Amino acid sequence: MSEYFWLIPLIPGVGAIINGLFGKRLPKSAINMVAVGSVALSFLIALGCLFGPFMSEGGETVLEKTLFTWIPGMSVAQADGTTANFTALWQYRLDSLSMIMVLVVSGIGLLIHIYSVGYMAHDGGYWRFFTYLNMFTFFMLNLVLGANFLLMFIGWEGVGLCSYLLIGFWFERDAAAKAGKKAFIVNRIGDAGFLLAIFLIFFHFGSVDFYEVMQAVATQFEAPEAGWGVLTLIGLLLFVGATGKSAQIPLYVWLPDAMEGPTPVSALIHAATMVTAGVYMVARTSVLFTHAPNAMLVVAVVGCATAIFAASIGLFQNDIKKVLAYSTVSQLGYMFLGLGVGAYAAAIFHLMTHAFFKACLFLGSGSVIHTMEHAEHASGGHRDYNAMQDMRNMGGLLKHMPKTGYTFIIATTALAGIPLTAGFFSKDEILWSATQGGHITVLWMVGVLAAGMTAFYMTRQVILTFFGDFRGGEEMESHLHESPSTMTTPLVILAVGSILAGYVGLPFGYSMIGSFLEPALLAGTAAAEEAPHASVAVEIGFMAVSVSLAFFSIFLAYKMYWNKPEGDKVVSAGWPGVHRLLYNKYFVDEVYDATVVGGTLSGAHALHAFDVEVVDGVVNGVAKATLLTADMSNLADAGLVDGAVNAVWKILASCSKSFSRLQSGLLQNYALMMLIGVGALIGFFYFYLWT
Amino acid sequence: MENNAFGFPILSLVVWFPTLGALFILFFMKKTQETQIKWVANIITFVGFLISLPLWFAFDNSGPQFQFLEKAEWIPTIGVSYQLGMDGISLLLVMMTTLLGFIAVLSSWNAITDRIKQYYIFLLLLQTGMLGVFVTLDFFLFYVFWEVMLVPMYFLIGVWGGPRKLYAAIKFFLYTLVGSVLMLLGILAIYFAFYRETGIYTFDITQLWTINYPELNWVFWAFFIGFAIKVPMFPFHTWLPDAHVEAPTAGSVILAGVLLKMGTYGFVRFSIPMLPEASQEFGWYILVLAVIGIIYGALVALVQSDWKKLVAYSSVSHLGFVMLGVFALTELGLQGGILQMVNHGLATGGLFLIVGIMYEQTHTREIAAYGGIAKVVPVFAALFLIIALASMGLPLLNGFIGEFMILQGTFASTHAGPWYALFAVSGIVLGAAYLLWLYQRVMFGEIDNPENEKLKDVTLREQATLVPLVVLCIWIGVYPKPFLAPLRVPVEAIMARINGTQPASVSVEEPATAAVPVGN
Repeated sequence: MSEYFWLIPLIPGVGAIINGLFGKRLPKSAINMVAVGSVALSFLIALGCLFGPFMSEGGETVLEKTLFTWIPGMSVAQADGTTANFTALWQYRLDSLSMIMVLVVSGIGLLIHIYSVGYMAHDGGYWRFFTYLNMFTFFMLNLVLGANFLLMFIGWEGVGLCSYLLIGFWFERDAAAKAGKKAFIVNRIGDAGFLLAIFLIFFHFGSVDFYEVMQAVATQFEAPEAGWGVLTLIGLLLFVGATGKSAQIPLYVWLPDAMEGPTPVSALIHAATMVTAGVYMVARTSVLFTHAPNAMLVVAVVGCATAIFAASIGLFQNDIKKVLAYSTVSQLGYMFLGLGVGAYAAAIFHLMTHAFFKACLFLGSGSVIHTMEHAEHASGGHRDYNAMQDMRNMGGLLKHMPKTGYTFIIATTALAGIPLTAGFFSKDEILWSATQGGHITVLWMVGVLAAGMTAFYMTRQVILTFFGDFRGGEEMESHLHESPSTMTTPLVILAVGSILAGYVGLPFGYSMIGSFLEPALLAGTAAAEEAPHASVAVEIGFMAVSVSLAFFSIFLAYKMYWNKPEGDKVVSAGWPGVHRLLYNKYFVDEVYDATVVGGTLSGAHALHAFDVEVVDGVVNGVAKATLLTADMSNLADAGLVDGAVNAVWKILASCSKSFSRLQSGLLQNYALMMLIGVGALIGFFYFYLWT
Repeated sequence: MENNAFGFPILSLVVWFPTLGALFILFFMKKTQETQIKWVANIITFVGFLISLPLWFAFDNSGPQFQFLEKAEWIPTIGVSYQLGMDGISLLLVMMTTLLGFIAVLSSWNAITDRIKQYYIFLLLLQTGMLGVFVTLDFFLFYVFWEVMLVPMYFLIGVWGGPRKLYAAIKFFLYTLVGSVLMLLGILAIYFAFYRETGIYTFDITQLWTINYPELNWVFWAFFIGFAIKVPMFPFHTWLPDAHVEAPTAGSVILAGVLLKMGTYGFVRFSIPMLPEASQEFGWYILVLAVIGIIYGALVALVQSDWKKLVAYSSVSHLGFVMLGVFALTELGLQGGILQMVNHGLATGGLFLIVGIMYEQTHTREIAAYGGIAKVVPVFAALFLIIALASMGLPLLNGFIGEFMILQGTFASTHAGPWYALFAVSGIVLGAAYLLWLYQRVMFGEIDNPENEKLKDVTLREQATLVPLVVLCIWIGVYPKPFLAPLRVPVEAIMARINGTQPASVSVEEPATAAVPVGN
């Protein structure tokens, strides 16, 4: 089965084409079969690959398939003075790193497809939704299976497009349409950095193939690059791309707005898969980053800063999805922290566990919103969707929807890093790696603090949503019910994963996933020296600090919010400035609007005025000046000049003369002028130059 | 005839077939036979496209540079001949022209209700002029086609245009004329210089570019003015928004799709191979103007309130990319730049069709007059989106291939370099901004103008104009090889001139003085 691994991305692509072209006329069952079936098929092939060659040969397995030459470009100069033909193959490559990504994308993707069958059941745009979802799966799998930067870039921008379409899925809502546009444009800024990195890579290494480039890096640079040379520049430009797609400072602003999309989309694209593309990209180019320590330091610092920054915003949000959105930004920050300290495998490990518990949380919140909206509808209310997502209107939902509630709580424990859950193992692995650099212990401290905040806001969210009394009114409460099994089954599976997924990466050097990933992370280059493992006792010590802080935060949140839905008041009364700053997300959107957006727009307006007044003014001025000169000099050759002059004057005087007037001879004058001019020129050359 | 797989003058047939059609309508049809005239014009341009198709299949990508050659004496005393030939560059542009010509005619079915007979005659004549420009190998003949084509375009804008049509038409005409007179001056200078050097009077461009003209650096600037106005490059672009806004849809499609390419074609065909030294020496002025154009055009497009003007300014930005790729003077950049000419023709031609379809129903181009119409016209919305994405260079659509090759070629160029690529890349970000903002304002949100509830989705005829463009955008984006392969030989020839290793015309095996009559 593994020889057909290249079909993994193509099958959902075909699904998207079928539903896109004919979905409008197909019954729902057929749409489901195409959409869910195609992803299921991809997932099965992926499993076949895992249990086939990857089980028997281990992480060393590399499957390759070239479909055709995509861009057969001509030659272009290289940094070393030679030239090289630019070629980009349409080539898929499945190694241990992409294997894990493919499993996450197709596996979680499948669950979310199934969930969406229930969630979107009554939406008019059913076929459109599944077309986009399949298209997304195609692009995302393309991103992780592409064997070169260009093919990855197809997926990279393609998932951005699907994200745009799905955020703006309910495009009649202005907020949704604007959020989609914002996501795309902010991502494009990152993509520009990615593109520049590709230019630089090809310029220096004469290839865009991942393995070839990584090997070239390893052979050309024996030691890591000191200072700020070309590798560091490439690394930083790639990271600019990653900050866009993976919502890191300073380009994270689109992700919270992206919650305007349907909730399954938030789970699939804006939590589990697409936003992790930047993490995958850095891991994919790990050899390059390892050779550029300054770039790695930037990655680690930005990741760490994002982790705590976003976590702090998440503390006091009221929208159930917004909390999760900021949590995602924060968790992605952890992954970049891991990458930045060289713990690539740990970052991918956290990516995987995060995919389980965050997808579970998002789908759980979707289940809650779904129920809230149904109950509101059934009780005759007309509040908008924002009110239905507001935790201030929830409470006590556990008894109405136990499956949703308990799975949500399980996933929360994983996110909060409670020992023996998946999130505990992966987050701990990253934090532990952060202590290993010596001078970067501060990264560990910030990371632990952010972990504490995470435990706090998740506890707050669970209490406000599932415990206490329902705050939406009695009439509404009587209509609350558990969601259908198409929705709850994926929740249960994901909740199980939120616990078990951690056991592939046990601490103290027993990480299965670490050794599985190693060949791919080295990308065919020689193995790096094994980092010395500190004693287990030290590692347990660090672990104990972060776990205690997590428990303390849970306790704190419990004290503040248990039976006290208005618990925020403790902070908003005690430290109003802090609360306002956090609640309003540090006013970053406002600052961006005033500076970047406002600056661009007012600059553009100024340029437009310049264009009309100055650039075009000169053109019209020349016409006027010609007229004036002609008038003053009163040339004898009236037939030649006057015709033109009069014409220009007439245009300027009135811009809407009748056609008959035009036909009466103006054009002939031009033709005449042209001919005379040509004659004069030929004469000029004939007599003066050609002798 | 050598180098002509067909054994008969197929290029002449392709070029003059629309004129035959125009003459047929002129002499054999009454102006009251409106429907019949439309049918005839559509059939002629469609057949014209079909006639050009064999060129695509017969063209030998690895053969001599110029193929399907024809040559006949015209004014032998001064060395003017009727000489046609086609290389890969011409091939792509001719195919695009015959296709867009048909689409433009088809798009006019309901849009034009006045003076139908004259309208279609002008459109057909225009077609001949444009095709002639792309296949002629005689500089004098080139100039004739170049000028001839102005006249029908002038009338198309001036008669069937919007409220300020006369201003726009005359501006277009005069501005272009100023440029072409300077260009003519340059042509004559080269003509006489070639005579001084070799003792032969000829306008045969494959002869003219066998020697260098070190004293004629000023000719580069004369050509520059002529071609830059046509492209149009910043700061010679202000005729374009006026012309586009006033022109009827078909005029805009042709203008954006084909006419602007004549300027870039001029640089590729004449400026660089004839004056390779001057092109290298002064190229950086053009690179700077190109980058300014990319950013300037995009920023000004961003704040337009007129849908069509927005698309017009986006052309300034996109053609900046083309010029950047061409004057990076690398193989990859040139190849990308030439491909991008076609890409721009398809995508921007499509965007003008899109505006036209709505304008026909609402008679307004104000973006603010729309909003939320995606719900009313879903097929239109889908087609608009794909074309907009192609225009902003999304991977798997044509624009990406061209822009990527241009930028990689620019980045690695010794003439341009990373800084140019860096600034140009910002044009890609802005491109997404102005197109998606446009799309959001027109298509998304709630319908605030109740009139728009009644909009009709694209008809079958309108789909027939858009779908071929969409298919080509996807085809070039997914599998660009057939479109890149024909460019290899001509680009190598141009680069050979740049590097001074050999004359560009190695592949044309015509004796220098022989004038072989057609059909011999």
